[in-house]
Amino acid sequence: MDDIASRCIEIIAKSKSIPPDSIKLTSTFEELNIDSLDKINISFEVEEAFSIEIPDDALGSLRTVGDVVEGVKMLQQKKAATATGSPASATS
Amino acid sequence: MNRVVVTGLGCVTPIGSTIEDFTLSLFSGTTGIVPIGHVEGAPEGNPGVRFTQMAQVKDFDPLQYMSTGTATATERAAQLGIVAARKAAEHAKLLEPNSPASLSSHLSEDTAIILGCSCAGRSAEEPQLAGLYLRNIRAHPLTVVRTMANSGAAQVSIDLGITGPVLTISTACASGTHAIGQAFHMVRSGLVTAAIAGGHDAPLTFGFLRAWDSMRVVSPIRCRPFSADRDGMTLGEGAAMFTLETLESAQARNATIYAEIVGFGMSADAHHITQPSSDGAAKAIRMALKDARIQPSEVGYINAHGTGTQANDATEAEAIHKALGADIAPTVPVSSTKSLHGHSIGATGAIEALATVLALHDGKAPFTFGTTEVDPTLHLDVITETPRPLDPARPVALSNSLAFGGLNAVLAIRRF
Repeated sequence: MDDIASRCIEIIAKSKSIPPDSIKLTSTFEELNIDSLDKINISFEVEEAFSIEIPDDALGSLRTVGDVVEGVKMLQQKKAATATGSPASATS
Repeated sequence: MNRVVVTGLGCVTPIGSTIEDFTLSLFSGTTGIVPIGHVEGAPEGNPGVRFTQMAQVKDFDPLQYMSTGTATATERAAQLGIVAARKAAEHAKLLEPNSPASLSSHLSEDTAIILGCSCAGRSAEEPQLAGLYLRNIRAHPLTVVRTMANSGAAQVSIDLGITGPVLTISTACASGTHAIGQAFHMVRSGLVTAAIAGGHDAPLTFGFLRAWDSMRVVSPIRCRPFSADRDGMTLGEGAAMFTLETLESAQARNATIYAEIVGFGMSADAHHITQPSSDGAAKAIRMALKDARIQPSEVGYINAHGTGTQANDATEAEAIHKALGADIAPTVPVSSTKSLHGHSIGATGAIEALATVLALHDGKAPFTFGTTEVDPTLHLDVITETPRPLDPARPVALSNSLAFGGLNAVLAIRRF
């Protein structure tokens, strides 16, 4: 598991007061009992941790821990691409 | 009109977070007022105020009582209220201890939640505002739900599954008393069968301590209500809640009855935002007696607002004389319990109502801790040094709350 995934799991574990090893990339929010309030709280912590901003429409489509990790990676790449002036990749 | 009785007690206070501990501290004179420790957000934890002591709830862990989700969505004032309310419902045997909190279906629909709170959300809001004003940081997404004044009452309704009327009442230092009074009226009129009512507050934040310091009404050491050398109030925090229900409901389910609420009076001074008027307070006392249909001679104990400031104690003494009459007023035992649990603003009236109910239930009145030489100009029979047995011939006690803004609330409670 890479650093981004580990950090995301750490944030979710802290927010829900559950052990990090009980969280897998395939775990759904429903399985982790993450409600809408938890979701905005976790999103805020993720945004703070990675200095990114999750768009409102993307927030609604997050279903699993893996979705969060992929979203962070995509937003980081987009941010890096914007900073260097090269076109952002939506799929990488 | 229903008779309204107290069947459950719950508290989280600086002098105990179980009824047993609270009772022990109350009658032994064990104060919860201690030197100010670390204050969150203050430079190096030191709030930089002139006073040195306050009354904090020790070792409070919200996660012992609520889910992480609820704890994350609330701040300390609401959390204290949620826990005290749960305890009051459990104490009344409306819930099984350690079971998922939920009232039986008929009571969940027919119970009100009326909570007093004056300083909701401060511990969540102050750091946000500091970050916003100084560094233009983003606001935490739960700031709104953590800081809304009705957070505590709403969370109690969710926690206990209560779908009846739910209100937060905010009348500064009288909030808890007004809340119990409103709940009493609702149960008495038949609007609901039962109510969870009381007060909760957590005002010991860096910003609020500094604000009180600037008002210069806080004692440098510890409040000494009605003392000749009194020099101000002492701040505190906490929560106290009651289960109130109709006598019929309590008897039908064989509930233990701790006392009967028989009257409630309220008034406004319409005079000054901080300077109290004895006419306003006297009116509230008279109204409580009239509402209870009792005579001044039946009053056997007054748990005074008794903040320990020069102005409050003198005005309250004058009000007691005006309301009860010059012949009876000096014969009624009076004490203030604020030198034990501190002045917890929106919670204090409920904590004092709890002391009053326990006094009636145990047949003795708590003494005014820390006061040895009573101000003789007050002409009151202030209980000092040791608890006082209550006169069985005078079965009613009053619990007074006199708030900033000149808002007064008085409960009349009878031994059952």
